[in-house]
Amino acid sequence: MTTVAATGVQHAAWLMLAFPLFGAVVLLLGGRRTDRWGHLLGVAAPLAAFGYGLACFFALLSYPAAGRSRDLHLFSWIPVGGFRVSIGMLMDPLSLSFVLLITGVGSLIHIYSVGYMAHDTDRRRFFGYLNLFIAAMLLLVLSDNYLGLYVGWEGVGLASYLLIGFWQFKPTAAVAAKKAFIANRVGDAGLSLAIMLMFATFGTVNFSGVFARAHEAGPGVMAALGLLLLLGACGKSAQLPLQSWLLDAMEGPTPVSALIHAATMVTAGVYLIVRSNVIFDLSSTARLGVQVVGAVTLLFGGIIACAKDDIKKSLAGSTMSQIGYMFLAAGLGPAGYGLAIGLLLAHGFFKANLFLGAGSVMHGMDDEVNMRRYGGLARLMPVTAATFGLAYLAIIGIPGFSGFFTKDPIIEAAFSKGGVSGALLGTAALIGAGLTAFYMTRMVLMTFFGKRRWEDQAAAAAAGAGQEGEAEAPHQQPHPHESPQVMLWPMILLAIGSVGAGAFLATGDRLVNFLAPVTRTPAAPPGIVGPYGLGALGLALVAVAAAWWMYGRREVPAVAPAGGVLVVAARKDLYGDAFNESVLMRPGQWLTRLSVYFDNRGVDGLVNTFAATVGGASGRLRKVQTGFVRSYALAMFFGAALLVGALLLVRL
Amino acid sequence: MSATIAAGVITPPSIEYSQLCPMLLVFGLAVAGVLVEAFVPRQARRGIHLVLTLGGLAAAFVLTIVVASSKSLFRDHAAGHVAAMGAVAVDRPTLFIQGTILVLAFVSVLLIAESSHDVSSFAAQAAAIPGSAEEREGLLAGITHTEVYPLTMFAVGGMLLFPAANDLLTMFVALEVLSLPLYLLCGLARRRRLLSQEAAMKYFLLGAFSSAFFLFGIALLYGFAGSVRLSAIAAAASSDTGSTTLLLAGLALVGLGLLFKIGAVPFHGWKPDVYQGAPTPVTALMASCTVVSAFGALLRVFYVAFGQLTWDWRPAMWTIAILTMVAGALIAITQTDVKRLLAYSSIAHAGFILTGVIAATAAGLSASLFYLAAYGFTTIGAFAVVTLVRDPAGEAAHLSQWAGLGKRSPLVAGVFAFFLLAFAGIPLTSGFTGKFAVFQAAVAGGAVPLVIVGVLSSAIAAFFYVRVIVLMFFSDPAPDAPSVVTPSVFTSAAVVLGVVATVVLGVVPQPLLGLASHAASQLFVR
Repeated sequence: MTTVAATGVQHAAWLMLAFPLFGAVVLLLGGRRTDRWGHLLGVAAPLAAFGYGLACFFALLSYPAAGRSRDLHLFSWIPVGGFRVSIGMLMDPLSLSFVLLITGVGSLIHIYSVGYMAHDTDRRRFFGYLNLFIAAMLLLVLSDNYLGLYVGWEGVGLASYLLIGFWQFKPTAAVAAKKAFIANRVGDAGLSLAIMLMFATFGTVNFSGVFARAHEAGPGVMAALGLLLLLGACGKSAQLPLQSWLLDAMEGPTPVSALIHAATMVTAGVYLIVRSNVIFDLSSTARLGVQVVGAVTLLFGGIIACAKDDIKKSLAGSTMSQIGYMFLAAGLGPAGYGLAIGLLLAHGFFKANLFLGAGSVMHGMDDEVNMRRYGGLARLMPVTAATFGLAYLAIIGIPGFSGFFTKDPIIEAAFSKGGVSGALLGTAALIGAGLTAFYMTRMVLMTFFGKRRWEDQAAAAAAGAGQEGEAEAPHQQPHPHESPQVMLWPMILLAIGSVGAGAFLATGDRLVNFLAPVTRTPAAPPGIVGPYGLGALGLALVAVAAAWWMYGRREVPAVAPAGGVLVVAARKDLYGDAFNESVLMRPGQWLTRLSVYFDNRGVDGLVNTFAATVGGASGRLRKVQTGFVRSYALAMFFGAALLVGALLLVRL
Repeated sequence: MSATIAAGVITPPSIEYSQLCPMLLVFGLAVAGVLVEAFVPRQARRGIHLVLTLGGLAAAFVLTIVVASSKSLFRDHAAGHVAAMGAVAVDRPTLFIQGTILVLAFVSVLLIAESSHDVSSFAAQAAAIPGSAEEREGLLAGITHTEVYPLTMFAVGGMLLFPAANDLLTMFVALEVLSLPLYLLCGLARRRRLLSQEAAMKYFLLGAFSSAFFLFGIALLYGFAGSVRLSAIAAAASSDTGSTTLLLAGLALVGLGLLFKIGAVPFHGWKPDVYQGAPTPVTALMASCTVVSAFGALLRVFYVAFGQLTWDWRPAMWTIAILTMVAGALIAITQTDVKRLLAYSSIAHAGFILTGVIAATAAGLSASLFYLAAYGFTTIGAFAVVTLVRDPAGEAAHLSQWAGLGKRSPLVAGVFAFFLLAFAGIPLTSGFTGKFAVFQAAVAGGAVPLVIVGVLSSAIAAFFYVRVIVLMFFSDPAPDAPSVVTPSVFTSAAVVLGVVATVVLGVVPQPLLGLASHAASQLFVR
């Protein structure tokens, strides 16, 4: 597919970036002056970008399918010698799908935040960061070269750091922000190495240039390139082995979790792989890496999600798991790219919806996150419960809802890969579907149904406080209530998306065909409902029943029971942190101490000794400068003698 | 020359006046300056001298450009022309050096011309005994030494001829013409006159000593080649006739004379004492123009006469370059006097330029040319700043008096700090570009160890430059701290020119680099 220069409404596509960037600059530099109307500007910026994105999208639709790739050259970045990077924007079905997801869902989350953050004194700053994130994310998906993508990539990393640590007065939030940043650095290093390798191999970092010459490189280079890109993708998308930061990142305000850690940023890895499909198509090693990472993470995240009592952490585990599906699909090659993006878009809706629902529950429960202290909230929060329920049906893949249309084809595609690996991948995906149904049912039951455990809690706490005396303030019983309209409407809109997006995208392979010019997907992918899809549905129903058996029929204990080995492991994030700590952190600390020791004793010692030697030599040498002409003349005389002698000696 | 005398017929020498006009103009104006001293009343002298000197230097610079751009001189890709019966070479490197000297001399004269009563650097009467009643009278009468202008012009004329001399006798004459006025100028300081006179004495004695070596070297070379012409010596050296002992000993002694002038170790002893004692504007003139001129002569002798002998002189020159860089940087560390510090810095820089000379290639030549021009501007600017920081006894030369200068006079301290950073070779200053150019040329010439020593010396040197900056900006001023005088337009112009040249040659060095490499492309005319 040839890329044509952008015209018409797309000619000013940079406006899409400019709107949120402008919002971020005004809000972050404007200071307290913008406090009163800051959130309104913060909401307007992504809405404007969404509007412009829609215009660009429809402009793209008006072109014939083969011509849906428009490039907008912006400027040349440091043209030095052979190094020429033209910074530009690429508008094709893939990038514009992302633009609509980012700005559409992003706008809803912005609106929701107006209510959610209403009582926060720093709401303006929060909106500034959100806008910064949107701008960086748009740059990431709209750039027509890897360098621009990298800038956006780092930009979202920065925005994510700022937002996770938004409540930096909480040590846990500050630590979580650092953790996210550092884990992402590891991935970023992979991406930057990949870009350098690209430049060294192809002499360019433009998508078109790299893809056009990709077949010239050897298999080793392509495998290295693919695996380095995968490392970058793992960091941003919280896939194994760089998954550990996502669970901690839930320390950020819940809209952040919805926007960054569910709907958009964590999908950047999927975008990177699908965008680089030419590279992955040329290297089966890299593809296998993607499949394995996806399959393992989807199980890993699912197991963690089953054991977590913190509603947001459970959702975070779920996010890891769902992105694992996307990786798995993307690793399957041309047949899977479209499916990955399909799940990604649908997931953007229902996962954002789930997070916003969780946020709504927390909003009504005084920021309580432990599901064991929820219960029976459905009656008190009917809209939240209803929208959450719709998203729930979507994620577990009930026919008619979007998860069914987008996830089951991935399971089918994994099996249809064939061979042992296909069977293994398919089985993993199938088990993942069961896990998804289990933890989601558990979450819904513990939160919205059953006994109102928060009443006992408050009573017990009040009794405890009464015994200890009057000094301590009496523990207030939470008064769960429905959230304000400004928070409900985004949830309602997202719920509509959760229900309908899958069917809309999957009907007649609409999305797959739309993306085909980019992903080069062959026509006629596997049908939607196959035997494995039905198997997944059956497994999901069994899991729902099992969850009901454990959490719906019986009473949920307020304190988590001891649990088996697997449960304990899952509660500890399957020892992901312990692994990092013992394998990376402790040796790293030892290495640091060793380097510090070496620096103090070795390097500094060397430097100080050298400095002392130099100073001493200087003090001794300056004594030669006596001020007596006779000694200078003598020095000259001996110098002359030596000079003559040396010159004559050379000839001997 | 000897041939014509032997024949007993004296033919009038043919002089290419058009090609030699810059030098002739400078010498002519110097003589005119003497006449002004003799016939013009005292009050009017300074003004006339200023017009003659500054105008003459500017005119000579313009004439140099005219000569350099003349088509006939470089017709058919000629490297240049040997004028005045083979005595004076006119080629591109020489014209570049002469142009550099003229510009730097112009800036130095701006400093010399500073006359506001506080800042003028020259004694009222050189002959008056320091501390005598006579001296006090002269000071009170406001008499100033206007002889400095013709003396400067003579010195500059000698500097122009020195690198252009195509035979060793002419070179010797030029050396004396440039040195003698400088000996005098060194002794004319208004303050600390004993130190100044001592400096002049030392400079004269050691200069005479080195001239003797130089002359002896010329005699040995004449004995070897039967000629003092550089090209004839080169021809004789390559034909492998005659005594190599004569040749090499002559090379060593002639080289010594030239290395003395640039202050290479171990012939550097005069430099700190003289730089410290001489009136600061004269120090600026010596540190810039004399060094440029002496390097010009050194380059010509080693590239033209001894170009075939690089294998013979390289080891010795390596040693000298290393000694010069290391000793200059090392001893500077413990200096407490600003002018001595700059003197040692100048020694270290001479070592850096020597690495470019040793490359013995067109790249080495062009790098050296660029370095000389860049360094000259920076060093004049630095000495100009030194003239501004004063206490009742004159210039506040002791470093402890500079403590906290950045708090009281941030602009002056900032400018000085900038010059120091340029000396240290920080990027975006001319010092970086110059060092980069010479080291690059040296590496290309295979002198990697030399460059390593050079870089290490730069690191040591950076220490004492930065130390002064730290002293100026991060210490508290002493209670009897010197004041910064408001300079007149002359000194200001010198400082501004120094800053502008240092910035421009650091940020956009390409035009001058291009000019230098164009000048060096065909090396010297033979």
